Amino acid sequence: MSEPSAAVAERMAPETRETVKAFTDGGYKYGFVTDIETETIPPGLNEDVIRLLSAKKNEPQFLLDFRLKAYAKWLTMTEPTWPKVGYPKIDFNEIIYYAAPKQKKELASLDEVDPELLATYEKLGISLGEQKRLSNVAVDAVFDSVSVATTFKDKLLEMGVIFCSFSEAVKDYPELIEQYLGSVVPIGDNFYAALNSAVFSEGSFCYVPKGVHCPMELSTYFRINAAGTGQFERTLLIADEGAHVSYLEGCTAPQRDENQLHAAVVELFAHKDATIKYSTVQNWYPGDKDGKGGIFNFVTKRGRADGDNSKISWTQVETGSAITWKYPSCILKGDNSVGEFYSVALTNNYQQADTGTKMVHLGKNTKSTIISKGISAGVGQNTYRGLVRIAKGAENARNYSQCDSLLLGDKCGAHTFPYIEVGNTTGQVEHEASTSKIGEDQLFYCQQRGIPLEDAIGMIVNGFCKEVFRELPMEFAVEAQKLLGVSLEGSVG
Amino acid sequence: MSTFLEIRDLHASVDGTEILKGISLKVNRGETHAIMGPNGSGKSTLAQVLAGHDAYEVTQGEVIFNDSDLLDLEPEKRACEGLFLAFQYPVEIPGVSCTYFLKMALNAQRKYRGEDELDAMDFLARVREKMAQVQIDQSLINRPVNAGFSGGEKKRNEIFQLLVLEPQLAILDETDSGLDIDALRTVSSGVQQYRNENNAAIVVTHYQRLLDHITPDFVHVLSEGKIIRSGGPELALELEKRGYDWVRQEAGQLAEA
Repeated sequence: MSEPSAAVAERMAPETRETVKAFTDGGYKYGFVTDIETETIPPGLNEDVIRLLSAKKNEPQFLLDFRLKAYAKWLTMTEPTWPKVGYPKIDFNEIIYYAAPKQKKELASLDEVDPELLATYEKLGISLGEQKRLSNVAVDAVFDSVSVATTFKDKLLEMGVIFCSFSEAVKDYPELIEQYLGSVVPIGDNFYAALNSAVFSEGSFCYVPKGVHCPMELSTYFRINAAGTGQFERTLLIADEGAHVSYLEGCTAPQRDENQLHAAVVELFAHKDATIKYSTVQNWYPGDKDGKGGIFNFVTKRGRADGDNSKISWTQVETGSAITWKYPSCILKGDNSVGEFYSVALTNNYQQADTGTKMVHLGKNTKSTIISKGISAGVGQNTYRGLVRIAKGAENARNYSQCDSLLLGDKCGAHTFPYIEVGNTTGQVEHEASTSKIGEDQLFYCQQRGIPLEDAIGMIVNGFCKEVFRELPMEFAVEAQKLLGVSLEGSVG
Repeated sequence: MSTFLEIRDLHASVDGTEILKGISLKVNRGETHAIMGPNGSGKSTLAQVLAGHDAYEVTQGEVIFNDSDLLDLEPEKRACEGLFLAFQYPVEIPGVSCTYFLKMALNAQRKYRGEDELDAMDFLARVREKMAQVQIDQSLINRPVNAGFSGGEKKRNEIFQLLVLEPQLAILDETDSGLDIDALRTVSSGVQQYRNENNAAIVVTHYQRLLDHITPDFVHVLSEGKIIRSGGPELALELEKRGYDWVRQEAGQLAEA
């Protein structure tokens, strides 16, 4: 597909342009800062910082070795420049690599969590307390670099499901960590993955044992609070034979003028007949309407459908971050394994997103589906970048890709870079792409029926994203729709 | 007596080219007016200008609707005030079902008028009743608005919306174009069911055949942006027989043959 840009964007009547502008001047409702005492280590990165970080967390030797090896690797690597995003060079020595809400001692229960912190999560609409029992969602909340609380841990453990913070897992299940950490995203995979492997401080860990269908949605909530901090979480999810798990992560950050780096790594490992569904609603602070501040979201997410008949499904709704650089991918190693990627990425104001997926078909009869919906407003730049690779031995592999872009206004851009490599003649690859704009005619049609302009835009955008929203767990689909509305309108909430 | 709809000396242009060159027309409740005329005479422009499409600039004249200045209102307010346009080319809205769209429209209008919004049950009851009137079936209205609809389905969907929304003034912009005989009958019967003494319709059409089913009280000939002749239903029959040239000649728009 060609690269339609601002030139393709529609010629809007002045009134329409004004209205679109009025509610794309979005406000960010999660931009508050929690006033809480934070323990940090001085900015900068060297081996000593890594040793200090590891020591603070009482990590076993294998993990320190893992970090140091990754650090050594990272030093030899350079930042990727191929994404279609522009930003000033990051000084990695100005970043604080560890920030934790100060706590006197280890927490035995939720009751001991700093009430300020709990209040913050309440404000974000995430209750770590009793209410969540009703909605059947287990939550692990990560505040800056530390996991604050995990709900339902005991109940899940009764079924053998381990769901806890990464640090706890290191302490309680070191053998699982040692076995799986870096098995999907190797330490030297890419610049930011290497950095993460060296300095990651917290994240979530989940293990679902053989044959168990996890009885509830698991969810992690990430929040960057401290200034000048980088957030480097590590998430590791393992579904053993025949296991099923659905997992959701949400992210927000305060409104700050400087850019903050978020470089996470997520690894999913699916054994034979296992299914992992991973959904993300990402709403990191996108910067203000002039492009000042906002999170740099440079994330490596990959799932390995290792066993036969395994399945990995990614669903993401990306509305935040100044810059998004993210390609949740599937390695389809097992025969008959299935990979899915459903994505909505919205860029407004000066946001830039270069996002997509990689589907690597190794096993026989493997199947992948890619549905990507990009929405650009303001002067936002939205790029889909995807790779479908069918290896030599992947008999009868199939892929279907659909990339749709929607433009609002005449200053934004949508770009598509699909890469296809087919090494087996029995492979079938389909790619469909479209670029459309919210047409004046569509808006007029809605208005003529009495629907106000802003509602009409919300309705059309949600209609455009429908195929992705219906992949989200029910309660989050509603949230995602609302979020999209907020990101576009800035008038709600 | 209060004014329902009065168009006075309306001039409108698009991209600097004047299309409407002074239209005056008065419509009372209970009346049906047909607007006929050759291609490019400004019929659709008139419909779009009344509905408030912003591609058209009104350069002169005024339009009074229910005693207030229609041209002052945003398109959605005009709709909420009771003006409905059945589009010549209904627009597709992918991913938004007809039912959802219509419920949103109806409740936006009810909210504007200070009425309670209809809940799902009441809304469905209303929709079912109207579906039967235009022979539209459930599977169609579950589909995204106009997406992949045939020409006939699109037009039927417009009339279906007309019946559900119950506006005071319906402007039908070439609703008959592209319809086969059966669809034409269904669409006209829908319009007949809409009509009553409290509302009015302006039917823009090329052909007499729609007027066989919907008998107008008045017929106006629009040519080169002006109404050059008005009459009763018999005028439509005469136009069908003789074409437009004789009217245009009499109006001085064409030289005598």
